[in-house]
Amino acid sequence: MAALSLTVNGQSVNADVEDRTLLVHFLRDHLHLTGTHVGCDTSQCGSCVVHVNGRAMKSCTLFAVQVDGDNIETIESLAKDGALHPVQAAFQEHHGLQCGFCTPGMIMTAVDMLARHEQLDDATIRRELEGNICRCTGYLNIIKAIRSVAEAR
Amino acid sequence: MYTAPFQYRRAASVKEAEDMFSHSPDARYLAGGQTLIPTMKQRLAAPADLIDIARIGDLSFIRREASALVIGAATPHATVAASAEVESAIPALAVLAGEIGDPAVRHKGTIGGSIANNDPAADYPAAVLGLGASVKTTRRTIPADAFFKGLFETALEAGEIITEVSFPLPRRAGYAKFPNPASRYAMAGVFVADFGNAVRVAVTGAGPCVFRMTEMETALARQFAPEAIAGIAVSPDGLNGDLFGSAEYRANLVSVLAKRAVSAAML
Repeated sequence: MAALSLTVNGQSVNADVEDRTLLVHFLRDHLHLTGTHVGCDTSQCGSCVVHVNGRAMKSCTLFAVQVDGDNIETIESLAKDGALHPVQAAFQEHHGLQCGFCTPGMIMTAVDMLARHEQLDDATIRRELEGNICRCTGYLNIIKAIRSVAEAR
Repeated sequence: MYTAPFQYRRAASVKEAEDMFSHSPDARYLAGGQTLIPTMKQRLAAPADLIDIARIGDLSFIRREASALVIGAATPHATVAASAEVESAIPALAVLAGEIGDPAVRHKGTIGGSIANNDPAADYPAAVLGLGASVKTTRRTIPADAFFKGLFETALEAGEIITEVSFPLPRRAGYAKFPNPASRYAMAGVFVADFGNAVRVAVTGAGPCVFRMTEMETALARQFAPEAIAGIAVSPDGLNGDLFGSAEYRANLVSVLAKRAVSAAML
């Protein structure tokens, strides 16, 4: 067992977990933050993307003990006081989700890519989405939503 | 998905990591974990002790020296890809780092972890061998030509830790890769480096281990242009064949990608 002390969505969290607990299971099963999804569980689909110290990572491919002391942000951190984050609002506006399963990972990836690129063209957005899979194949509207946020800045 | 149980330890220095390793009957080092953790989830690896070396601060750096670019072993791919230092010294290396996996994987995976694992389809081995880099460890410095030994096999001894990789600065270099559309690993990838008096060509993804194409090196040293290697046949003997492509297909890819890598270097 390991004693963890980290920050999740701005709040200090202390917990005892088995060393082999994946970050995604720690978030979902221990902290009940179920917005972060387990899709493929093999690092391919990106449904589990969260931010670790501000950088997008796959929480199914990290042990919780590896991020002891770190700052974690999940999809639950984005909306403030009931108001959607601009990327969430853009996904709603442009119908960037169908079944919605991949959406938390898509949005966390989008927030990360917007932070790293001052300008985003469609080719860059597509390249940046390589680690996120939408089984509904709703990519066009996802790209449209991300582009709209980049253009509105 | 849960791995087999293990005990996690976080090392503060390479010395502490080596001490931990020597006191464990069954330890593995954990760097970015982007290969090791999926392997453990599939229960293809089940170490008793996992020693995290990714947090050792002085292992993450990029340093330009007079005739080399030195990268710390725990430097993530995304840092190399976005580095102005790398972009000005060896732009092909920044390109290669930016084509590994996907953005989330690049934020966590490290150069030391990649070459220590020596996956036959990994990108970094092509740059390390193609540039004739030196791999510095806690015990010695290993030239690239002696480092990659075979399928997932390197010259590293038990407990030895890579601390940095030193890349000699080429006059020009290029990398061309044909990624597997699902995994983003190289179906084949070719790194070409022109040092003025010599040219090196390294191929990843096509065989069981990264290897050099000496016939192409000789031809490119005479004339550094794609047409110089157009007539060189690549033998499928010993190359990988799987459901994604036969050995013959990969042999053709090597030929095509080598030409593209030379073109990229000439830009």
